[in-house]
Amino acid sequence: MLRYALLRVLGAIPTLLLVIVLAFLMVHAAPGGPFDDERVLPADVAANIEAAYHLDEALPAQFARYMSGLLRGDLGPSYRYRDHTVSELIGAGFPLSLQIGVLAVALALMLGITSGTAAALRQGTMLDRVVMSLAMTGISIPVFVVAPVLVLLLAVKLQWLPAGWSGATGAAKFVLPVITLALPQIAYIARLTRASMIDVLGQDFIRTARAQGLGTGALIRVHALKPAMLPVLSYLGPAIAAVLTGSVVVEEVFGIPGLGQFFVRGALNRDYTLVLGIVIFYATLIIALNLIVDLLYSVLDPRVRRR
Amino acid sequence: MKASAAILLMILLIAIVGPWISPHAYQATNFDAILQAPTAAGMRWFGTDDLGRDLFVRTMLGIRITLLVAIVASLVSLVIGVSYGAIAGYVGGRVDAVMMRFVDTLYALPFIFFVILLMVVFERNFLLIFVAIGAINWLDMARIVRGQTLSLRERDFIDAARLSGVSTARIIFRHIAPNLLGIVLVYVTLTIPQAILVESFLSFLGLGVQEPQTSLGALVDAGVNQMEGASWMLLIPATLLAVILLAFNFLGDALRDHFDARQSR
Repeated sequence: MLRYALLRVLGAIPTLLLVIVLAFLMVHAAPGGPFDDERVLPADVAANIEAAYHLDEALPAQFARYMSGLLRGDLGPSYRYRDHTVSELIGAGFPLSLQIGVLAVALALMLGITSGTAAALRQGTMLDRVVMSLAMTGISIPVFVVAPVLVLLLAVKLQWLPAGWSGATGAAKFVLPVITLALPQIAYIARLTRASMIDVLGQDFIRTARAQGLGTGALIRVHALKPAMLPVLSYLGPAIAAVLTGSVVVEEVFGIPGLGQFFVRGALNRDYTLVLGIVIFYATLIIALNLIVDLLYSVLDPRVRRR
Repeated sequence: MKASAAILLMILLIAIVGPWISPHAYQATNFDAILQAPTAAGMRWFGTDDLGRDLFVRTMLGIRITLLVAIVASLVSLVIGVSYGAIAGYVGGRVDAVMMRFVDTLYALPFIFFVILLMVVFERNFLLIFVAIGAINWLDMARIVRGQTLSLRERDFIDAARLSGVSTARIIFRHIAPNLLGIVLVYVTLTIPQAILVESFLSFLGLGVQEPQTSLGALVDAGVNQMEGASWMLLIPATLLAVILLAFNFLGDALRDHFDARQSR
């Protein structure tokens, strides 16, 4: 196990390096500098700014500087939010995004597994068909369509829930963002659970357990759930990536001051270092979480370690 | 499957013909008629936006651009994916292993963030949107094509071609690629909704298509800002986008099931 874990961790390092190099090169391949504006700066002022941000150095030197900062957790200064470093901005935005993301993933797992299992147990019935059509709809319709329509319906028209973030108090303000973010994941997980549950329920050991008189509830809990959850577990990596992407939209729609909002603002303001820093941060997070999911998988299903 | 195809054809037809029938131009503002609700009077079928522009014409333009971006981006991913997959599958051995390992590595990247980075760095270039979206979506295509190629290259007609001295490149592009057409077309119907999704996501954030041009994502974004007083601005493009995506997904799923069933028989 340790050997396998070590190999996987080592395997993630080239991916991470690729991400950093690619993102860094993209930003530095930009035509024009980050401080090019409609108002042309006097040459000596421009030179001073470039020197202050080390933009006058050769590309390899800039990369070395960036990497050495990165290893110490320093992503450089933001070009637009003066007086703030990128690391500070990420530190300010991320906790809130994390909170909403964790809630959304938890909700998705709970509802997705339950409804998928229910559909699998009643395969071919009305319930199954309703759950699967809903799941297809949930998968097809993007977060940025669901979010505003839910706000319009539940917050503006019916006024059950707060529409925005800043004016609202208590847990109510979490409800709509979390549901919106969770919906497509509920749909995916329900589909995955149904398919693998049907597969597992058709196997001999389930028939044996049933023949020994085990009730459906215990059958699912004791025997079927663990093997049926393996595909869901391996989907968790992509699910977390999708939740991160979705959070960019959700934070924009609901006005949540999280990392996603910094990202969009940074992108629209051409704040190169901020966007570069957040891309690297997101990528590292996704790669790390994928790694954890892989390791968990190998604990639950030791067969994969032998490959 | 037929219903999905019919719905898509109908939407496409209206998007092409609609702007000709309507007397309004997509970029013409009219400050005497801002935020009008949909009505048949004056042919304002979808109402007007906050600048008094006709939303029917704008929505049709948005559908055109959304579909155009999606189809061109899918073609880009098709060209990259088919060439990459066919080469890896046909050459095989160590080349194949390295090429597929590279694909695995790319799978782990959060591509959408790179696209956003690209949009930030290179301004919002229309051509770049095509290439960027196409460049994300070729991975699945490459895997599928490689799998198919692996089985194709063992077939007699490939041996025959090789024996009669046809070059490797020619075998890949003239003998293998045409035989991949069926499965590739099926997967293109699944790539198109993914491309639509990315394009409208970018446009929604304001990083995609720029004013006065528009796309469904940009229209939804504009609708969000006006939803309290003018809910039609949000609901019409949002519904259309949802319908188009659903129809493509249903069509793609049905085609794949049909095709796979035929394959396994």
